[in-house]
Amino acid sequence: MAKRVAVVDSDLCVGCGSCMLACTRRFAEVGYGKSAIYVRSAGGVERGFVVIVCRACKDPPCAKVCPEDALVPREGGGVRLIANKCIGCGYCVEACPFGAILWDEEADKPVVCTYCGYCVEYCPYGVIEMREVV
Amino acid sequence: MADGLEANLARVLYVDLSRRRFWVEDRRDLVDEYLGGVGLAIALAKEEGVDRADPLGPDNTIIFAVGPFNAAYPLASKTVAVFRSPLTGTLGESYAGGRSSVAIKLAGYAAIVIRGMSETPVYLAVHEEQVKFRDASALWGTSSSETVGRVIREREPNPGLRTIMRIGLAGEKLVKFACVITETYRHFGRLGLGAVFGSKKLKAVVVSGRKSLKVPDRRGYREVYDELYDLATRSNLMQKYHDLGTPMNVLPLSEIGALPTRNLKSGKFERAEDISGEAMAANYLARRTACSGCPVACIHLAAIREPYPHEKYFYKTTVVSYDYEPIYALGSMLGVGDPVWLLRMIHEVERLGLDAMSTGVALAWATEALERGLVREEDTVVKLKWGDAEAYKRAIALIVEQPNDFYRALAQGVEKASEIYGGKEFAMAFGGNEMPGYHTGPAAHIGFLIGGRHSHLDNAGYSYDQKVKELPEPEKVVDDLMKEEAWRMVLNSLVICLFARGIYKPEMASKALIPLGINLSPDDLRELGWKIYRERMALKVNMGFDPAKLRVPERILETPSPRGQITRDYMRRALGHFKERLSEMGLLFK
Repeated sequence: MAKRVAVVDSDLCVGCGSCMLACTRRFAEVGYGKSAIYVRSAGGVERGFVVIVCRACKDPPCAKVCPEDALVPREGGGVRLIANKCIGCGYCVEACPFGAILWDEEADKPVVCTYCGYCVEYCPYGVIEMREVV
Repeated sequence: MADGLEANLARVLYVDLSRRRFWVEDRRDLVDEYLGGVGLAIALAKEEGVDRADPLGPDNTIIFAVGPFNAAYPLASKTVAVFRSPLTGTLGESYAGGRSSVAIKLAGYAAIVIRGMSETPVYLAVHEEQVKFRDASALWGTSSSETVGRVIREREPNPGLRTIMRIGLAGEKLVKFACVITETYRHFGRLGLGAVFGSKKLKAVVVSGRKSLKVPDRRGYREVYDELYDLATRSNLMQKYHDLGTPMNVLPLSEIGALPTRNLKSGKFERAEDISGEAMAANYLARRTACSGCPVACIHLAAIREPYPHEKYFYKTTVVSYDYEPIYALGSMLGVGDPVWLLRMIHEVERLGLDAMSTGVALAWATEALERGLVREEDTVVKLKWGDAEAYKRAIALIVEQPNDFYRALAQGVEKASEIYGGKEFAMAFGGNEMPGYHTGPAAHIGFLIGGRHSHLDNAGYSYDQKVKELPEPEKVVDDLMKEEAWRMVLNSLVICLFARGIYKPEMASKALIPLGINLSPDDLRELGWKIYRERMALKVNMGFDPAKLRVPERILETPSPRGQITRDYMRRALGHFKERLSEMGLLFK
């Protein structure tokens, strides 16, 4: 069965960004540039945080709008990016209503979650977990 | 496009507000010599001639600097600001967390240097390579700093990846202890950076970035990160900050008689329990937040829910950040033991953008001056009385409004106000900076006096008082505190949060630098700490600092400390030795 990163309770989130930093650290780099998870405040820190992850759609709009078939639906939900097919048009970013497709400025291609769960290991408060796609 | 920036950044963004120009310089020369953070900022400040500047004139320069550990490792969440302080007239050095350090680093900068003075209100927007001078005329005079934050939040891109450093009315009105607020609840609090912003007509600085930076040793980097992350989250080294946060100090300090109460007439507060970390957490804690890159989440936000008086079933919920220092300064120091009123006062200080510590200490002096008849109620406008939070809340606003000579004096700090009105013996400032909340013994006060920024965090004398079995001779105390301060120059160059000093010991700091391509042994680092210490004190001495001119407020000798009565002779010997040590370093006093 296919798994994905799921938000358990965004009210537990403290906004430390450890998940975002972890995602770019997959490539042993420092920062946010390769991160596929995104945390921002819900309009000021006092209102708490919004945690944006790819929810691994069964019928993913990002794949449907890709003119080069660079985003391939994954069995069980979600997508896989075939980087050498991607022309960097950015349609996928606009197609995702959650804003879960981020952009790698260096490669000029989307950053798409690979559902590896590395970020989950660095969330100290159990805000996110790996979960079966339903 | 591959820009391939290394995590060990050396790019410095220069901004000239007078000419509205900006440019980037590679300062590898300085970064290689001083690492970053305070080391880099002091070197830049020296170049900028900050020591010759009028603190509120166009020649004062503001330097924000980050270091090699920011964004790279957990708990490295601080940015240092260096400037000439309008409060003390000497070195301005202040630290804040929030999103500031990670945002500056991931925008691709080791430091941001802000020169000159704008003719009209402006805010600076730095989004990686893009720098904009945005008109802030409409924002100038906004009554609440929170509104300023909200407006800029909605106008600028990259939420979550940015810092919004802004001033409130206090900064605009040049209150000499105005702060710069970042992410609503963190502050470059001390020494008046807010007034320097105000003098430059600089309402805010927004910085955002989401770069990805390279490291030379990729495997080593991930290994060291994991080791540090485990220490931060699984060991007990950060536990106290994680649980109750800094207010866990309220009760124990009051119990031993170290919690300055009613302008330090006492070290014990009979209502300490009501405003303790325990009580705040039990009754008002609503949310926890963290600085970027720090899993500890020591920021404690309280919510107060209050009914509107004239409208049934309408409530206002106000979110207020509380920490030990504002609880001390606006609570015990003023005899305020009502937690809701204390939170209202903290909120007022936030709204206006004042430094909470200086504000509380200034009002404590004013209360006693009124009590003793040095000033009249006409001067203070409201009748200041220990514990009368409503009057104090009004007085906080008057410091900013400055309706008369008295408040114009108070807005310059308690040192200046007591020069004019008298009552120096109970004006609780050290080196011109209002005291932090520790009356633990002589080491705390020696620490405030000899510290480069007259802060408890310079050298942790308060901790020294509580740790040593037998208090040594004053000369030894000074030597030990200087050694601690020199090491902290390294931590402040990296730039870590000092709460994590137990994790970043010399060996660990040295080890964590290696994957970033920086090879410095623990001894090299200690030596670098002394070098930065010397250059920082040299800059401070150039600004007129002289230990012989330091004033020891009599009050600390009158109110017994947990270490017993502090004697004038002990303090005098400490300061004499300190001056000798600085002279031995080759510093020449004017």
